Amino acid sequence: MIALKGITKRFGEHTVLDGIDLSLERGEIIVVIGPSGTGKSTLLRCINFLERPDAGQLKVGDLSVDAARAKNEDILGLRRRTAFVFQNYALFAHKTALENIAERMIVVEGLSKNDAHARAREILERIGLADKADAYPAALSGGQQQRIGIGRAMAAKAEVILFDEPTSALDPEWVEEVLALMKQLAAEQQTMIVVTHEMQFAREVADRVVFMDGGRIVEQAPPSELFTNPKDERTRSFLRKVLAGNAPAAT
Amino acid sequence: MQALNLDYMLGLVPILLGYLPLTLGMAAAGMVCALILSCALAVIRVSRLPVLNQAAQVFISFFRGTPLLVQLFLFYYGLPQFLSFLVSINGVTATIMGLTLHFSAYMAESIRAAITGIDRSQTEAAQSIGMTNAQTMRRIILPQATRVATPTLMNYFIDMIKSTSLAFTLGVTELMGATQKEAASSFLYFEAFLVVAVIYWIIVEALSWCQKRLEKRLNRAYQR
Repeated sequence: MIALKGITKRFGEHTVLDGIDLSLERGEIIVVIGPSGTGKSTLLRCINFLERPDAGQLKVGDLSVDAARAKNEDILGLRRRTAFVFQNYALFAHKTALENIAERMIVVEGLSKNDAHARAREILERIGLADKADAYPAALSGGQQQRIGIGRAMAAKAEVILFDEPTSALDPEWVEEVLALMKQLAAEQQTMIVVTHEMQFAREVADRVVFMDGGRIVEQAPPSELFTNPKDERTRSFLRKVLAGNAPAAT
Repeated sequence: MQALNLDYMLGLVPILLGYLPLTLGMAAAGMVCALILSCALAVIRVSRLPVLNQAAQVFISFFRGTPLLVQLFLFYYGLPQFLSFLVSINGVTATIMGLTLHFSAYMAESIRAAITGIDRSQTEAAQSIGMTNAQTMRRIILPQATRVATPTLMNYFIDMIKSTSLAFTLGVTELMGATQKEAASSFLYFEAFLVVAVIYWIIVEALSWCQKRLEKRLNRAYQR
């Protein structure tokens, strides 16, 4: 349903993505982990052309795009088939929670304001923020803002939702509510690719965990396998580091 | 030292107020044209459109770099020499043109600053939901930039109202021109110019009051 082939991205001399191949089935949940600066976020941003890949093929739903030759309509097509959740929420500051979610339906789908707002209210119900419909982002907590950010992505009814470290900018007290919402989406069979450092989330929710290092996919496997029996030394070394930090203190 | 001729001053007020519509009309027309032109210039500058961007830079540099009075004389007395259709240009039109070009250069820079001040991630968010660049500009960036730029733009409007007084050098009888004529026939220069100064002052104060109300309204979304 989603297939990436040979996605390559360079910033000047530096190759950030070195020929990434990745495919997902409908309803599949992939968690991408790996050290900082290995191109995890860039990979997500290449899928909807927030960064333009230098080479590679992308297929999302019924749309196939050759990155090197992508025209504006291809890029818009990819963006309309995907949705993105940003690390810093990136809500529209001059619009209420309701308007943030309804914006895409009005502008991209051409719904009337009334219909869009009605549908946006349903989404607010689902994310448990119905009472915040008329609140502006500045008046919401980080956790609430990110849930609105996810609600905005849900409104897209996209083939896939791309999560770029959705809890990294949050105070610890808000992380749980955002992860809970993501689990709820996962239970509803929403296809998603999640870049995160939340290993517990990866273990519980992922169908497949992808480990990236140096702009390449080093290995990918179901979490039960990748966390307990990693094949590559780089994966082992990375997991040792992050899991040591996460482990409960020894008594 | 002689006392102020208060009767004369009071009598002058209604006469001068008769010229207020022309003064405010020139400022309003200049402001509307300048807003349109400066938004266009700012968008050209921000999106770095080739050729147009360089042209905009030269335009802005020229109109910020030369006095308004010089520009007015250039349009009114100078240009008709080469462009014969301008021979019939009247002082009011020339003033509005001059105010538009002069102030749009300044306003373009503050609008540009306001646009670039909007967090880049909001542009990305708009793009990520499939909005085109034009839609992003119109629905996400400009409304927020407007709020940031409003105080500065209001200051330019106030400045523009005062600058309409230069129209009298092009032979336009507006507020300042009328005062000059009255003063010349009564020889009560101090009284006449004091009255006109107070009139300008009151207009500006009224506008500043509106400005505060407007800013409060625009800041609604940002109250915690």
